[in-house]
Amino acid sequence: MQQPLKKIIIERLQREILDLEGFKAKAQHTQSKLGLRILEDNFPNQTFPTGTIHEFISERPEHTACTSAFISGVLTRLNNQNGVYIWIGKQKQLFPVGLRKFGIQPHQIIFINLVKQKDILWATEEALKCKSLSGVISELEEITFAQSQRLQLTVEKSKVTGFILRTQTERINATACAARWQIKPLASENEGSLPGVGFAKWQVDLLKVRNGNTASCVITYHHGQLAIVETANTYPLTHQAIGS
Amino acid sequence: MNKRYAAIWFPYLLTDQMALKQKELLGQAYALIAQERNKQMIVNVSREANKQGLRPNMSLADARITLPSLLTFKFHPQKEQKLLKAMAEWFICFTPHVAVNSPDGLFLDITGCTAWKSEEQHVEEIKAHFAGKYHVKIGIADTLGAAWAIAHYTKGQIAKPNEQLQHLLNLPPKALRLEESILQRLAKLGFHHIDSFIHIAPSTLRRRFGDEINLRIGQALGYKPEAFEPIKEPNPYEERLHCLEPIQTAKGIEIAIENLLEKLCNRLQKDDVGVRNAKLSAFRLDGKLQQISIGTNQPSIHIKHLFKLFELKIKQIEPDLGIELFIMEITKVEELPKQQETFWQVHNQTDLGEIAELLDRISIKAGKNAIRRYVPQEHHWPENSIRTATDLKEQPETEWPTHKPRPTVLLNQPELIQVTAPIPDYPPMNFTYKGEIHRITKADGPERLEQEWWLSDGKHRDYYYVEDDKGQRYWLFRSGHYDSKIAAQWFIHGFFA
Repeated sequence: MQQPLKKIIIERLQREILDLEGFKAKAQHTQSKLGLRILEDNFPNQTFPTGTIHEFISERPEHTACTSAFISGVLTRLNNQNGVYIWIGKQKQLFPVGLRKFGIQPHQIIFINLVKQKDILWATEEALKCKSLSGVISELEEITFAQSQRLQLTVEKSKVTGFILRTQTERINATACAARWQIKPLASENEGSLPGVGFAKWQVDLLKVRNGNTASCVITYHHGQLAIVETANTYPLTHQAIGS
Repeated sequence: MNKRYAAIWFPYLLTDQMALKQKELLGQAYALIAQERNKQMIVNVSREANKQGLRPNMSLADARITLPSLLTFKFHPQKEQKLLKAMAEWFICFTPHVAVNSPDGLFLDITGCTAWKSEEQHVEEIKAHFAGKYHVKIGIADTLGAAWAIAHYTKGQIAKPNEQLQHLLNLPPKALRLEESILQRLAKLGFHHIDSFIHIAPSTLRRRFGDEINLRIGQALGYKPEAFEPIKEPNPYEERLHCLEPIQTAKGIEIAIENLLEKLCNRLQKDDVGVRNAKLSAFRLDGKLQQISIGTNQPSIHIKHLFKLFELKIKQIEPDLGIELFIMEITKVEELPKQQETFWQVHNQTDLGEIAELLDRISIKAGKNAIRRYVPQEHHWPENSIRTATDLKEQPETEWPTHKPRPTVLLNQPELIQVTAPIPDYPPMNFTYKGEIHRITKADGPERLEQEWWLSDGKHRDYYYVEDDKGQRYWLFRSGHYDSKIAAQWFIHGFFA
């Protein structure tokens, strides 16, 4: 009798902590936002957290291409083609025409090209304050814990979802972001025995999840939909370390 | 194009003004006097006094002999200047170029102003405006000199283009704005009208009367230039803030900006216009002028937002000893957009204004070119397939193309790679990019893109969409046709997701 009671108390406490940390459980909190049920189960409240910062690691341009496409797919899922986005970066390499395939309307993205890291950080913070935006994507080489915390505080007020693309992977430090992702390309999926390059397929790793657990799965992009092909390394919720 | 000038003369400028304020003076003989050394001189006389033979520059003692009942008032030079300046600003409704001709006249450059009303109609309109208030005489001619002469020494007429000479002939030499000494010499020699000496050879005139007479004749007839210094057109949206104590701190400047913006934005709101460009001038104690200016993407009257834009630039002001005067000018206004239009497919809560304000702040810091939005352009050449949208509201004219594979990351410049390609028109077996060998396992293509000959020439490109053994996807192309003698050049142009 002792054990289940303890469990209930701990669960309640955990939910209270989540509330305090800005992860507000909504009435429809179990509803999947991305349509990627298995992946989303690893997040607190079993749903993809919006109104927070997500961190993506990509060391090679190939990874950046996949990450951009994945983010486009996620944003489209969240905002149903209606969002207005800001993409802050160092160089203008993203090709809007190529993004259209992943659901996003490229003309609804405003690109801001800045050179200095300091300026990018400043612009990111300013953009995250703007409640009318549906998403802010920022290509940053690195970010300190304090800087990430500052951005996190900004989005807690404005409820804008931020995506940080980190390109410097040698020095990965702790950040206040809700999740750390890594997306790598995998050999494409061909339909039947059709020749040529098939549908895009990625290895999506959730390296760190705040109040959730890490995961790894293979995701494809088919007919305008993200879909999970297989999963691995998913740990049950009880193994989590709170706050990591 | 022939220039046309109008000279406006208020013969009783100050006395008329007094009569306007003190009705009992109407129809009275009175004069304004000023102390000059030990004499009291008349500066301005009323029309009634003028009829009795009193003229400016008479001594008061002489005037009293003719008219013992003359009323006198003190003359204030600043008052005259101020009044004349106000008159000049009123005349801007006729022409943007108005010059003050001290002490009691104005010049207007009316070249081209007859497009919608003839000169006669203009004259009538001016006369009607001043009727019963100020006496006004108007002369119109091709030159400032002739217009002035006509205004002062005739009943006021219009000299047709190139006819200024005929109008001048019967006028006294005074009409040429000559110095008193020259006038006296001319009178002594019996030249009472301009026609009696205007045809004399210039060298002879110069010998007798000096160079000025030729200059003035030339200016009146139009073959010598005369400077025309128009008054500055007043900016309708301008506010000034005088500081009791010189301001040296950034906080002080902030307060000043807020104060000025508040005043201006209230006025702008009434007129239904918003700020596109604004300029803040700070006048320092040592007389130096410091200026900062801002621009916005959309007309705005949002005080907080405009203040933020200025705030980013406050650092550029060096107050030094202190700033004593701030002037804020709205240099460009635009009509405020009617409430949210249906330009973007956006959420209900999306406020384009808020985004525009964010972009304003970023563009102040990073420059306008840093901010881009793209719309598709109907070109198949990848570099030309997008173009920058002109503003926030622009919608794509065509759908974004999705029928051909296009990479998500495109290199700004295609980069040369080493390939091993089996036979013409087949994708390469492997390629080396940045020292790394990629073995190709899957490929699509080729997709041949020809140069757009009307834009540029060069070789066509055969694009291949390839995937290597690690699952990474690339966009490669071969430049030009396959040639058995010369090795074909291969490039990498992008990365697929």
